[in-house]
Amino acid sequence: MGLFSFLKNKFSKKDNNAASSDSSSVKIYEKGLEKSRKNFASRLDDLSKRYAKVNQDYFEELEQILIESDVGVDLSLRLIENLLDETEKEKITDPKTINDMLVDDMFVDYATKGESIQNEIAFAKEGPTVLLVVGVNGVGKTTSIAKLAYRYIHMGKKVLLVAGDTFRAGAVKQLQIWAERLGCEIIVGKENGDPASVAYDGVHYAKEHNIDLVIVDTAGRQQTKANLMNELGKINRVISKEIEGAPHETFLIIDGTTGQNGVLQAKAFKEVTNITGIVITKMDGTSKGGIILSIRDELGVPVRFIGLGEKMEDLQEFDLDKYLYGLLLGEDIHE
Amino acid sequence: MAFESLSDRFGGIFKKLRGQTRLTEKNMDDMLKEIRIALLEADVNFKVVKAFTNDVKEKAIGQDVYSKVNPSQMVVKIVHDEIETLLGADQTGLNFAKSGLTIIMMVGLQGTGKTTTAGKLGYLLTHKQNKKVMVAAADVYRPAAIDQLHTVADSVGMAFFSLGQADPVEIAKQAKAKAVAEGYDVLIIDTAGRLQIDEALMEELQKINHEVHPDEVLLLVDAAAGQDSVNVANAFNKDLRLTGIVMSKLDGDARGGSALSIKYLTGIPIKFAGMGEKMEDLEIFYPSRMADRILGMGDVVTLVEKAKDVMDEKEAERTARKMLDGEYTLEDMLKQMKQVQKIGSLGAIAKMIPGMPKLTDEQKAKAEREMVVFEAVINSMTPYERRHPEILRYSHKNRIAKGCGLTNADVNRVLRRYDSSKEMMKQMKQYQKSGKMPKGFPGGNFR
Repeated sequence: MGLFSFLKNKFSKKDNNAASSDSSSVKIYEKGLEKSRKNFASRLDDLSKRYAKVNQDYFEELEQILIESDVGVDLSLRLIENLLDETEKEKITDPKTINDMLVDDMFVDYATKGESIQNEIAFAKEGPTVLLVVGVNGVGKTTSIAKLAYRYIHMGKKVLLVAGDTFRAGAVKQLQIWAERLGCEIIVGKENGDPASVAYDGVHYAKEHNIDLVIVDTAGRQQTKANLMNELGKINRVISKEIEGAPHETFLIIDGTTGQNGVLQAKAFKEVTNITGIVITKMDGTSKGGIILSIRDELGVPVRFIGLGEKMEDLQEFDLDKYLYGLLLGEDIHE
Repeated sequence: MAFESLSDRFGGIFKKLRGQTRLTEKNMDDMLKEIRIALLEADVNFKVVKAFTNDVKEKAIGQDVYSKVNPSQMVVKIVHDEIETLLGADQTGLNFAKSGLTIIMMVGLQGTGKTTTAGKLGYLLTHKQNKKVMVAAADVYRPAAIDQLHTVADSVGMAFFSLGQADPVEIAKQAKAKAVAEGYDVLIIDTAGRLQIDEALMEELQKINHEVHPDEVLLLVDAAAGQDSVNVANAFNKDLRLTGIVMSKLDGDARGGSALSIKYLTGIPIKFAGMGEKMEDLEIFYPSRMADRILGMGDVVTLVEKAKDVMDEKEAERTARKMLDGEYTLEDMLKQMKQVQKIGSLGAIAKMIPGMPKLTDEQKAKAEREMVVFEAVINSMTPYERRHPEILRYSHKNRIAKGCGLTNADVNRVLRRYDSSKEMMKQMKQYQKSGKMPKGFPGGNFR
């Protein structure tokens, strides 16, 4: 059974070649997903060792592992049901095989839901590319912006930050400090000013100064607040008036420790803005993170980047293979 | 989507169980399965869900079902009450020091709302409890965290203490010394957010803890937190001996199941709830509201409660007879309104049934406000006036309005409502004779 051993091969071979930035990226995944792995892969492993043959209890425990990883009740139940069907049909009773099948199912599901898309920001053919960053409060928008800026500055892009969070005390200052550390330009408006007007200033400035990438920060907002959600619409309109087709990308930031509400967040933001990607943050802090699957399952919006640690380079392009490898890797392999 | 279909799923079970009068293992089973899913979707921890539903099952078996509801509604109600009891057990307000300075330390993961909540707590203590409050900035890592706290402190009108990017333990120590010297009542210490795996930072918190001996160590928990929240609370509790939980971001639509998980497993009381972005948006934690929210079926609970709390039927009968006899007074109207408010109008009851749209809070609030006005006006009348409102002239109305601190317009509104109710009575009497009910009359097609 395929996926897991395939990945093992793929990445342990890469390791031997000691090649490229890719292997360091794999390392970051490994490290960042350590907690999740302990909660998921190790438990699957442990489960298969405790049962010589599967029975009803086995499937119940599997279900528990899935739900406890925040995979979502609906999806978890569905996965287990499928698994029951398949194993019955093919008369499979070996726990290890069944675990492999489950993992395959989980991610076959992921890979088939929603369009697949390149992770890197899709740059406009000419003129500045605008990235709007949205999310609820406290998910790590500002920090993610800094990390994204770092990434594209290192690729040689000229990046401009726009401090559109005029609401939270200290938010502008926080972004200013980042701009200073990163050595990039920043457009700042008045505290408690109109965020749309700051966005306008930023985009306007970018046009005149040959900026490649404009990243617009916004205030955190609970998705239930209609007026705040409408404000996003306004920001969008102002930006697109200034640059046709902009914002080219809108990233929704979701906290990796979020439970089932993550799906509602994504759904609500999708209604008012054209979400082109999701950035999952704080994955290193959670032992769960099944939220990635839930969101894909319900909405088909791709995860583009994943936050695996506090360092700048710990914001990684989301790569399903690496993610799975990090999630499933037995600790033995690495030695 | 999963969340929305919940009520529908319940609807099916409701039908199946209609007419059963006692809770048994068998008729509860389907229901408990759905409740289990509801709790899991609210992010209640898996193990807690399991243990909790078992507790409930044992309690419920053998109970009689109230006549106006069906077994599954009863089960929801029992689950709800259990959650409420659990959440409310050992609930206390803030622990203040017996004398002198009270120290409150705010801890939690990154982005859960520590700084904002420090501000809100400061607001509550300063403006509602007349305390002299100082807040200290011990989050020296997040860029601009100090600025944020400073701005918040200024807007609240409390003192602000910072040593810049100094050692957080030193900051806490000096803040305490200053607060004591200057006679402050409360010192709130805002600490850096962290992932609980971060041992270095956890150690720093422990040092602050040992240095200043806070009276309260409050853990911020994001309402949207997932299955991991229990582990987080355990980790913080192990190292810091938490005294309370603050649930933040309850103004969103997250169901906040972690409140139940954490309370169930650790027993730490939940003290406050963050309900919005403004500084005054911090509320005392209400277990009953939280139970509604976690279960997402508060309306069913209300329905059962109302069925249990059957209105005084004799009273109702008496009013009805009087109504039909035409001697319907303002006093009767008030009684009737109160009863209706208790059981809810027909429309409201319809809305309590899963799958129906909910009454908006605004509508509910409006009805409640209206009730207050009616009661005030009627109470301001003499008993004779209440029975004979037709004698009321301008001068009477003036006196009545003054007596209850309202306006003539309010008095007139009450009287108009009385007139139209009376008119309706008349019609009803006619219809009663002819054997038909007028449409839209309260109780007209009550099942």
